[in-house]
Amino acid sequence: MAIEILMPALSPTMEEGTLAKWLVAEGDEVQSGQIIAEIETDKATMEFEAVDEGKIGKLLIAEGTANVKVNTAIALLLEDGDSADAVATPSAQAPTPVAETAPSAPATAAAPITSAPEEMDLPEGTTFKQQTVREALRDGMSEEMRSNKDVFLMGEEVGEYQGAYKISQGMLDEFGAKRVIDTPITEMGFTGLATGAALSGLRPIVEFMTFNFAMQAIDHIINSAAKTLYMSGGQMGCPIVFRGANGAAARVGAQHSQCFAAWYAQIPGLKVVMPYSADDYKGLMKSAIRDPNPVVFLENEILYGKSFDVPEIEDYMVPIGKARIRRTGSDVTLVSFGISVGYCLEAADALAEQGISAEVVDLRSLRPIDYDTVLNSVMKTNRCVTVEEGWPVASIGNHIGSVVMQRAFDHLDAPVISVCGKDVPMPYAANLEKLALVTTDDIIDAVKSVTYR
Amino acid sequence: MAAKKATGKKPNISVDELKEYYREMLLIRRFEEKAGQLYGMGAIGGFCHLYIGQEAVVVGLEATAIEGDQRITSYRDHGHMLACGMDPNGVMAELTGREGGYSRGKGGSMHMFSEEKKFYGGHGIVAAQVPLGTGLAFANWYRENDNVSYIYFGDGAANQGQVYESLNMASLWKLPAIFVIENNQYAMGTSLARASSTPALYTRGEAFGVPGEAVDGMDVMAVKAAGEKAAAHCRAGKGPYILEMNTYRYRGHSMSDPAKYRTREEVQKMKDTRDPIEHVREMLIDSGSIKEEDLKAIDKDIKAIVNESARFAQESPEPALSELYTDITLEAN
Repeated sequence: MAIEILMPALSPTMEEGTLAKWLVAEGDEVQSGQIIAEIETDKATMEFEAVDEGKIGKLLIAEGTANVKVNTAIALLLEDGDSADAVATPSAQAPTPVAETAPSAPATAAAPITSAPEEMDLPEGTTFKQQTVREALRDGMSEEMRSNKDVFLMGEEVGEYQGAYKISQGMLDEFGAKRVIDTPITEMGFTGLATGAALSGLRPIVEFMTFNFAMQAIDHIINSAAKTLYMSGGQMGCPIVFRGANGAAARVGAQHSQCFAAWYAQIPGLKVVMPYSADDYKGLMKSAIRDPNPVVFLENEILYGKSFDVPEIEDYMVPIGKARIRRTGSDVTLVSFGISVGYCLEAADALAEQGISAEVVDLRSLRPIDYDTVLNSVMKTNRCVTVEEGWPVASIGNHIGSVVMQRAFDHLDAPVISVCGKDVPMPYAANLEKLALVTTDDIIDAVKSVTYR
Repeated sequence: MAAKKATGKKPNISVDELKEYYREMLLIRRFEEKAGQLYGMGAIGGFCHLYIGQEAVVVGLEATAIEGDQRITSYRDHGHMLACGMDPNGVMAELTGREGGYSRGKGGSMHMFSEEKKFYGGHGIVAAQVPLGTGLAFANWYRENDNVSYIYFGDGAANQGQVYESLNMASLWKLPAIFVIENNQYAMGTSLARASSTPALYTRGEAFGVPGEAVDGMDVMAVKAAGEKAAAHCRAGKGPYILEMNTYRYRGHSMSDPAKYRTREEVQKMKDTRDPIEHVREMLIDSGSIKEEDLKAIDKDIKAIVNESARFAQESPEPALSELYTDITLEAN
């Protein structure tokens, strides 16, 4: 019986990849452990080894094919006694390459209701290019590093490795080892060091491989970076950006899957942003680097590979502290930030089909929060559901609910519901992990509850 | 107190120079005594950690600093501020939490800064200043200037992990950082022997290739000589240096110290035999070129400065209530 060789998953979040190169040909004998192909993920090009011995019966996917889904059969391996005839019908379908698109681009409205994609406030004739969040982050950082020599990037694997998540790809080549600095694995140390450099007027960007590791350094983020301006009576500012992946990735378990949005949003002296789309990642990164205060920039690993329209405007900036209405609607306001915005947009599509018009407010900044945009929306829709991936106790949603209650109580037709990640450490098992995270269905259920459907 | 002397011979120090160190050390001592008094009167609140006994460390090292060098320390910081030239009025008024304080009353004893004097605090979290100070050294390296960062921390802080993270990076990148361990023998109430598996703190950089030496921190000239050597090492691009200053604090860890962990006799013996100010005083008198009256004139002068700082600190108004909400963030341009 021929063995199907399947497209491997080479990272926790890989869903598809490019079969860059075959290193074997049909008819070749391969040994277990032999490198048979090079596969390019969104993070890196990796070598792929054969597990079993045998003869390559057929290469099912040509080299150079992009968007090959994980677990697609890419070759057939013949064992002793197999004939080449056995290779005729692979069970898995070859993929039809499709351009990567944003997961939640609003579909054409299915129901005739007043719910529409946002209109962006951009100069007439603005053109866009499709860019991943990863590329947008790199461009944002690189543009600022070109214009200000005091800006530098520091963190684990940002240089020679080209970034653990490939965010800083190419930056070492452009800016050199003095400005793209590989650190030892020493979060507390390099965070304190960068904070000290910022106190003296340099503008460091500190990359945490993920924000889970920043817990080792949180004393410097809060006690050293956030409070010094106040403690010095306004003398000593700390212009620094702390950035990295935050929240759940995929199947990496409890210690690597946690959202810190509510933690940092509580700290006076910090600014905190958590963008969703690539244009906001770029524009907010540029604003964060120019900001004279410490900025916690919470990214999302799953979004890194997603593409969005980014305006082709020189020096594209997005101000910190301003929310964005992603979709207008009249029946309910969904308030969210980060990856959950995508789930809200999906939910809004589904709700539109059921005749419910949802407005989606993307906070983008969590400190300061743009309360006015939230309140104006709630005063229009009279209902509010907050959505986030973090835990429910003392969540951002709790806070938004409280502000809405205090400042728009008479406008509410239903209690505010906060949809959050479940109140458990993140489980590893795929089914349990899915259950622990916010889902589009959770949002739809909450909206139905506040609209009494 | 068994310290290896930093250098074989004492540096040539002129009488004028010595007189200046006497003056600077005395300013710190009298200032701290006054702070203790004001604390007792309730004019100063919260935590207040006095530097009395350790004056030679900061005065000797400041004598080796050049324009642009940075300094950073822990919460026992009043002496460092006075030694780098910060205004005693501004320091004392910060202790009393008044508008005329360096942080306009919002920082307190442990949190003062001066951009002008390159004094980067005043840090209340034990050892947090060590990576921060390493970052100041990094900034010198990044800017390719000749400046050095003086990073002060105690024997207690020397057991914090972030100290070793800092030593590693400073050595790896050859940063101009002088790690000054002010070993005053007690981490709060825990003696060195009870807290450190190896008592020779100046060897703590060996694993990272950072040279270090022990210095008699009660002798301002020995401190200065060691500081010059360390600073020259840093300015030559050879990387960081550790100076373990063996010193002693006469007062408690803070104002609320029950003093159960050491004997009265031990403290008295130090005051009688090792006092850094008395030591210089004797040398000046022995030199023959300074008379008792000259020193009395300095004492009087210092007393006037300190009394003025106490007056200023008590008469300066409390910060306006609107100050509660200022200086939280800077306006973005």
